[in-house]
Amino acid sequence: MGQMSRRHLLFAGAAAGGGLLIGWRSDAGARALAAADRTPPAAFAPNAFIRIGRDGRVTLIMCQVEMGQGTYTSMPMLLAEELEVGLDQVQLEHAPPDDKLYANPLFGDQETGASTSVRMFYEPLRRAGATARTMLVTAAAQTWKVDPGSCQAARGVVTHTATGRKLTYAALADKAATLPVPEKVTLKDPKDFKLIGTPAKRLDTPAKVKGTTLYGIDVRLPGMKIATVAASPVVGGKLVSVDDSKAMAIKGVRQIVRLEDAVAVVADNMWAANQGLKALVIRWDDGPNGTASTADVVKGLAAAVQSPGVVVRNEGDAPRAVAAAPRKLESEYEVPFLAHAAMEPMNCTVHFRGDRCEVWTGTQVLTRAHRGAAQAAGLPPEKVVIHNHYLGGGFGRRLEFDNVPQAVRIAKQVDGPVKVIWTREEDIRHDVYRPYYYDRIAAGVNADGQPIAWTHRLAGPAILARFLPAAFQNGIDLDGVDGAAQLLYDIPAVRVEFVRHEEPVLNTGFWRGVGVTHNTFVIESFIDELAAAAKQDPVEYRRALLRKSPRAQRVLDIATKEAGWGKPLPEGWGRGVSVLYSGWDSYLSEVAEVEVSKGGDVRVHRVVCAVDCGTVVNPDTVKAQMEGGIIFGISGALWGEVTIEKGRVQQSNFHDVRTLRINEAPAIEVHLVRNFEKPGGIGEPGTAVTAPALANAVFAATGKRIRKLPLVRQLRSA
Amino acid sequence: MVTLKINGKSHKVDADPDMPLLWALRDLLGMNGTKFGCGVALCGACTVHLDGMPRRACVMPVSAAVGHAITTIEAIGGTPAGKKVQQAWLDLEVVQCGYCQSGQIMAAAALLAKIPAPTDTDIDQAMSGNICRCGTYPRIREAIKHAARKLASTEKER
Repeated sequence: MGQMSRRHLLFAGAAAGGGLLIGWRSDAGARALAAADRTPPAAFAPNAFIRIGRDGRVTLIMCQVEMGQGTYTSMPMLLAEELEVGLDQVQLEHAPPDDKLYANPLFGDQETGASTSVRMFYEPLRRAGATARTMLVTAAAQTWKVDPGSCQAARGVVTHTATGRKLTYAALADKAATLPVPEKVTLKDPKDFKLIGTPAKRLDTPAKVKGTTLYGIDVRLPGMKIATVAASPVVGGKLVSVDDSKAMAIKGVRQIVRLEDAVAVVADNMWAANQGLKALVIRWDDGPNGTASTADVVKGLAAAVQSPGVVVRNEGDAPRAVAAAPRKLESEYEVPFLAHAAMEPMNCTVHFRGDRCEVWTGTQVLTRAHRGAAQAAGLPPEKVVIHNHYLGGGFGRRLEFDNVPQAVRIAKQVDGPVKVIWTREEDIRHDVYRPYYYDRIAAGVNADGQPIAWTHRLAGPAILARFLPAAFQNGIDLDGVDGAAQLLYDIPAVRVEFVRHEEPVLNTGFWRGVGVTHNTFVIESFIDELAAAAKQDPVEYRRALLRKSPRAQRVLDIATKEAGWGKPLPEGWGRGVSVLYSGWDSYLSEVAEVEVSKGGDVRVHRVVCAVDCGTVVNPDTVKAQMEGGIIFGISGALWGEVTIEKGRVQQSNFHDVRTLRINEAPAIEVHLVRNFEKPGGIGEPGTAVTAPALANAVFAATGKRIRKLPLVRQLRSA
Repeated sequence: MVTLKINGKSHKVDADPDMPLLWALRDLLGMNGTKFGCGVALCGACTVHLDGMPRRACVMPVSAAVGHAITTIEAIGGTPAGKKVQQAWLDLEVVQCGYCQSGQIMAAAALLAKIPAPTDTDIDQAMSGNICRCGTYPRIREAIKHAARKLASTEKER
């Protein structure tokens, strides 16, 4: 994705109740401010990023959310490194909604997604820590009337080196708050890092193993009712009528709420609400999507991909060069709709009181959810308070907040607070799905089998046009083409085209690995096809084409060496390789070892992955994200697909949304390349690099080239 | 009214006999550590112990739990196996989003209480009903083995 400016305006002042506050505004946040409202300290007291109290406690207000990816550890590490405190001295608070203070520079609002937390806040958080440290050291130096350069800070204590005098941050915070913010601060040389790059224990784990972490679904309020909901099974459908006589007879059912496109059963507990929902007799008007099927969607995309799209990348005259080449290879690839199936079903709690409204949920987009709640409540945003929580999985699903206004609409008809919990079935059938994509890819190769021209045209929706219209420029969905546009292979003529084709029969959005997941599958499968056509080893073939990308070559070398590339495997087994580079700025290579049974079942035995994500903050988190991302990718590639018939999603729970289980999980090895390059993303690439490694391994095992996911369905029908 | 014995204490709850134990725990007793994941015993997020055996609370009617000792994540640290499992989860940094981990820990604690030195096959059998979308499986496997080793060394010390 394109990146907005990262310039940040730091500010500091006294905390309410004493102590030092440090915060900043990014340009993106500053743009969100009205011009007259630009002078800092006015409203920052409750919101600033970092608070150093008179008790010496350092509080970091977390603008990015924790959904498993380790942000609640890596971000405090960045602060603590420069502030000179221990990680154990930092406590965290969920940020309230405020785009002015907490905007993620990539999006311009408060969002956690696209593997950006460390990438976007690597420098701002360090700078904030260094600024606070400088002010605290200056406060100590002034107290002692010595040169600040003769003082040192460590673990929240400033020491005058010559005399051994010491003052704690607690004692210095008030005085520091009266000092001007230094114009310039010096950040540490990476070789002096004490925390960054060293494995740190996650700060959120102790509560999670005791079961005391509060997720959105765990909210409890006095007098709270529980509701569960059935929305129209077809996108755009409307409620016609509900017979609730049986439901209302169920003990504990209090009320049936009718919305234009949904029905909710409000009860004393989830069991009664569930029973009530099952007892409803609902009639829907399906609207225009009531006859839609997956086959229609595929037909639409297959037709769309035949016509030229918007040119994303253009070097040489690739179409002509492909046509003129001694040999031409062309393939079509398809990837299906996918559900997220985060373990915590979608939920939101609302207390609507007429002139004000309070909301509790877990979201990757707090300010968007806040605005959505206010709109649904019919109240100005300042009359709506929203509280964020730990997320029981995000994977992109919680970048959407459709359940929040729905819960508010329900709560408007309920006296007192109500927690709206979607059943797993509702969660699967009303997801915002990874889109179906259809790709046409071709290469012209010379007599040696080397590609001399490459054309890649992909057809799918423009998620960004809806999600972030400002980033949707010149008809190009930067996310949709991510990975395809950055093709690293050294080919003289390259053209990448994007055909926007919307199929509004399902709502579509981001899924872990986003556009890169789809594009890497296509590119890395096709490059394997070229290698096979040239009768060359797929690793050597790639290696030669990566001659201008030493970091990519290096991860390829490491992954293949560690995997024992070329060593014999049993009958029915195969090894596949893939390489990834995209807008995340991380380089990955993966080797998968699979076994394909005669019946077409695929067992993944081993995955070896090499990662160069530049500067590493918490190495153990990078490894964990690779392991998790790979497993997420395996589930999707082997079995993942959402299909529709009569406009209705046909899957509903974990029996038909198959996800990898522990007995099916491969051994995973992750090898990190360590350097101090710009930090790259790590939450998503593990997923994106996996499907092609598996498809290529299936090819190695069976000779069958699968160009349409999921792999197992295709193998069984092949 | 039914009486449930949970974590060593008796609780009177006004639950329909058919109500799954999960909702009695969460909605009637406010014990939030046990999680709702699927409602049909497919994911294991709601795993509790009934007389030490792992059970899916989302499909267990409270009537079937009456008269049995129910243990939840809130008290599993009070059992030798549960304590070791929780520590192993910390030592090996198993957790990511954490939502399924109450169920994973309950399943693992039940396994270790029954089989102190489980094989990979034992682990597969005991843990395959518990889904983790974050993909912490490799660490869960290692953490169970780590906990088993710690349990064995504690036994020796006695």
